[in-house]
Amino acid sequence: MAEKVIVSGGTPLSEDDIRSGKIFFTEDSLDCAYAWDTGVAINRYLAELKKGKIIATECRKCSRIMLPPRLFCELCFVPVDKWLYVQDTGIVNTFSICHVHWDATRIKEGEKPHLPAVIEIDGASKGMGIMHLLGEVEPEDIKIGMKVKAVWKPEEEREGSITDIIYFKPL
Amino acid sequence: MRKVAIVGAGLTKFVRRALETPKELSFEATSTALDSCGLKLEDIDCVAHGSAPDAFDGIHQKGEYLADGCGGWNKPTMRVFVGGATGVHAIIHGWHHVASGMFDTCLVVCEEKMSSAMPHAQGFFLTIFDAITERALHPNLLWIFALEMNRYMSRYGYTKEDMALAAVNNKRNGQLHPSSQFKDEVTVEDVLNSEIMAYPVSRLDVSPVSDGAAAVVLAAEPVARRLTDKPVWIEGVGWTLDTAYWGTRDLYYPRYLDKAARMAYEMAGIREPAKQINIAEPYDPFDYKALHHMEGLQLSPRGKTVELLRDGHFARDGNLPMCPSGGLLGVGNPIAAAGTMKVAELFWQLRGEAGERQVPGNPRLGVAQAWGDLMQVSSVVVAGI
Repeated sequence: MAEKVIVSGGTPLSEDDIRSGKIFFTEDSLDCAYAWDTGVAINRYLAELKKGKIIATECRKCSRIMLPPRLFCELCFVPVDKWLYVQDTGIVNTFSICHVHWDATRIKEGEKPHLPAVIEIDGASKGMGIMHLLGEVEPEDIKIGMKVKAVWKPEEEREGSITDIIYFKPL
Repeated sequence: MRKVAIVGAGLTKFVRRALETPKELSFEATSTALDSCGLKLEDIDCVAHGSAPDAFDGIHQKGEYLADGCGGWNKPTMRVFVGGATGVHAIIHGWHHVASGMFDTCLVVCEEKMSSAMPHAQGFFLTIFDAITERALHPNLLWIFALEMNRYMSRYGYTKEDMALAAVNNKRNGQLHPSSQFKDEVTVEDVLNSEIMAYPVSRLDVSPVSDGAAAVVLAAEPVARRLTDKPVWIEGVGWTLDTAYWGTRDLYYPRYLDKAARMAYEMAGIREPAKQINIAEPYDPFDYKALHHMEGLQLSPRGKTVELLRDGHFARDGNLPMCPSGGLLGVGNPIAAAGTMKVAELFWQLRGEAGERQVPGNPRLGVAQAWGDLMQVSSVVVAGI
């Protein structure tokens, strides 16, 4: 059967079209600023990080020990009020070796790649991972399943942030 | 619920940067879709449209801005937005309008113009991460895909070459698509040799940034039968959200899709999707995602997908062609429009109107899927003739 007309419009432009003035454009820049309240559960999480400890909450219904801690279990949909400390060790669930910034520009020559990972924290329920960074490891030596431990900022530099843990290093 | 059919479809070309404004792109796709089934805007009862975050265009309340280009003037018009899943979700949104009995005809229009944001639309994805527990680590969007791809590959022992085969399959199909922004053949070596961005993701594992629009016309059964002797029925729809605590999920399997797919198949009366579905348009912003989603769609046994791919099972002339359109990897990825393009592909393929892209063997049942938000939502549409 003959193909019907199904495509119309979508005229490609090149950088040259714009640079040469063939195509006009206008520019604007939006400057948005926000300050977020940390909320009840995460406020406590951050306060404990400042002390060098990782705290979780446990759902009394499904018994999941949850990280980051939360005030309600999203699976059981019940309030959660049981707090407990977990370890500052865990295993690498998955990782990446990132050579680009957010806008796809390359990191500088000689700069170390960023090493994001999902880390399943010991003491939390199985599979309860948080996103963080790896350090003190050569990228080619990172393995899924590897045991890691948090490297904390010195106490006086901690400010109640996820970055109070600088990264996780191999144990 | 009433039976709902797709009766017309239209696209713009997908390009890196389009001359047309979002409204103009929407108009082109919408008017082409109307022309394809011989309808005028006055024959349309309502409009369901979709587009990604307002921040992409820097136009707040973009839905209202776009409405004129979507044929929304003086009509019941609603925008839906679920991130990358928008393009298929908008079809479900439109289906509700007609299936409910409220309207006889509905235009579904999705548009995306990603080129306006400077220097790169990716910047807006930085704000999908949790503001307090994640953004302090300065993540970029690629991390989330790289983490998932690595988990998926390592779970089954898949290699980067295995993943590249999916990119080659889709990009080859896309070369035949009239909207495609690519012309050149891509080989497995090209993918493997393309620069590494965030291991295991290399540049050619990823779909491009695009501008474009897509539209389809939906009609209730009596109207559809008057308009065409080949209505393509929406047999099933499904959608679900998984938790936003994405680090808590095991990323190797798209649980968010499992339930959405089962919901759509149940509605369509499909018991054995891998045997009954003839063509699949899984969402493929990355090559691994096409395979990951084939598993979530229950179209391939977990961990056996690369084997089937290597055996030609998912080729255009295979048992279950995967992304015969070319998908996001082969046609382009104007986010919301890309999902609707997949549904349009089912429409043309099931009617036997896909020209040189036509899948052989008179396919009768197809599935299209898209995925988005914080790696957590999936929308599925099953269509049949």
